[in-house]
Amino acid sequence: MRETARAAASSLLVLAVGVLLLLALPRLLDLHALINATIFASLAILALSLAFVWGFAGILSFGQAAFFGMGGYTYAVAGINLGDTTGAIALGILVPALFAALLGYFMFWGRISDVYLGVITLTVSLILFRLLNGTAGDAWRIGDAPLGGFNGIPQTPGINWPGRPGEALTPDGVFYLAMALVLLVYFGCRALLASRFGRVMVAIRENERRAELLGYDARRYKLGAFAIGGGIAGLAGILFANCVFVSPTMFSLNYSAQIIIWVIVGGVGTLLGPLAGCVLVQLVTTSLGSAGWLNANLMLGLILIGFVVLAPSGLAPLPVTAARSLRRLFPGARA
Amino acid sequence: MASLTLISMGLAVIFGMMRVINLAHGEFLMLGGYAAIVAYNAGMNIWPAMLVVAPLVVGVFGVVMERVLIRRLYGRMVDTMLASWGLSLALIGSVTVVFGNTVSGISAPLGAIRIGRYSTSAYEVLLVGIVGVLLGGGYLVLSRTRLGLIARGTMQNAPMAAALGVSPPAVYAVTFGVGAALTGLAGGLLAPLSGVVPTIGVAYIAKAFITVISGGAAILLGTLSAAALLGSINTATTFLTTPVLGEVALLAAAIVLLRLLPQGITGRFFRRSL
Repeated sequence: MRETARAAASSLLVLAVGVLLLLALPRLLDLHALINATIFASLAILALSLAFVWGFAGILSFGQAAFFGMGGYTYAVAGINLGDTTGAIALGILVPALFAALLGYFMFWGRISDVYLGVITLTVSLILFRLLNGTAGDAWRIGDAPLGGFNGIPQTPGINWPGRPGEALTPDGVFYLAMALVLLVYFGCRALLASRFGRVMVAIRENERRAELLGYDARRYKLGAFAIGGGIAGLAGILFANCVFVSPTMFSLNYSAQIIIWVIVGGVGTLLGPLAGCVLVQLVTTSLGSAGWLNANLMLGLILIGFVVLAPSGLAPLPVTAARSLRRLFPGARA
Repeated sequence: MASLTLISMGLAVIFGMMRVINLAHGEFLMLGGYAAIVAYNAGMNIWPAMLVVAPLVVGVFGVVMERVLIRRLYGRMVDTMLASWGLSLALIGSVTVVFGNTVSGISAPLGAIRIGRYSTSAYEVLLVGIVGVLLGGGYLVLSRTRLGLIARGTMQNAPMAAALGVSPPAVYAVTFGVGAALTGLAGGLLAPLSGVVPTIGVAYIAKAFITVISGGAAILLGTLSAAALLGSINTATTFLTTPVLGEVALLAAAIVLLRLLPQGITGRFFRRSL
């Protein structure tokens, strides 16, 4: 009973903060900052996808960037060919999800262990990165859309109103959409975790053999979770493609690494932590990066090493420990 | 294929024996390349620069990293992997700061060999020879010497080895160092072929890991057989289409292979080999 009440309270709080941001930011920020905020929102969805796959299904995917990039590319190519972006969005979610399912089939039915999984997913995104880098020239086009190799597809179309091609959303509109989708994905993940599927998934994370002995086919649940995670990452890619445009860097090691870092910094096994970690790390890297103070890779590397060695559970336990030490400081107050 | 074996050998030692996933493997290669180039530019002959300086520098670096970082994380495979990834990013970053994001290179020594109508670079032939020597030497060290015995025993059962008077931490440090040195050697040897950029490790690491994982438990034979298989698939596809598709074919083959043989090639065949 108390658990449910607490869950309801935290959902309301997240919802309130989310809606507040959604309504307030377009009024407070100028256009450039608003587009940046939209990028952050798309990356936050990406962070959620790994938080879900890694934190709750126990699948250490280093390749979320692959699905992220694939979503963006599918959206751009389909958008250029179809003219209308509504179908392109659906494809941009479906294609990475299916690709994740295919990859997952080989990995989960081969029963390879966690670490191999990490290596394989990482390799897939690296190979895709090299593949798309090599697609310069006229030989590489899908329908009307040239893949553009290293340069990507600068003419990535903006999202338009469903059924009304040519009527693209304003930057404000894209921001509203992105923020709304962050909330939708967040609550979608929570609902999924509260469902039977989600609970079996967590049980498998806790003890795969025990879950299998109870009659659950772990491979199917993992495959499902992995595919869902791929779809979410694809959605993030679509939004990202809208703010910037698609290029092979979406598949790069940099993105793969950053996603992991967001989740580690925020805390594995939570959804809010990686969201916060994403925004935090992005703010730090962009501000320090633009100051040219430190090489971004060097910094990301040090953050990663630091958290793994010193704070493996991330920042998520921080509020709890803070509350505890406050209570120790003021023993009279009851929390 | 020779280069596939070469880049995978250090990894096979570190991963195959110690079960440590070292995602900074590619950056160890990169450091080896830079070590060789810096030594060469400082006026050293190219051979000692590649064959001595590169493995020495990276080997020492590896031991230091094992001591300060990897050692804290033994038994936590996922954390080791993440920490070594952090190391990899940090290395890319710091090398970029020092050397800049440009290609440094040295030209390959030796000329071309002609056999009838065909000619090939003598240097690449030499590489094949070096790989052969390394594989043979590795086999002899592991199977015939006391050092190899101690190393294999410690990897199999560390508490038992400790009870017999071996110090596992020292063995781990040395093994990691040897793996790193082999990687550095590979980096030095490949520097004339591909040139070196700070991000070059990325190009190698995927292939190296795929080779080692597909190879399975036996570090020498497994690496060799996987390199042979994947290398031929890569070369054949490259010959028929483009280099990029060759790599894609390599990856696809490896994933299908893992579905068929989850324990790698030597998990099914040649089980008792090294």
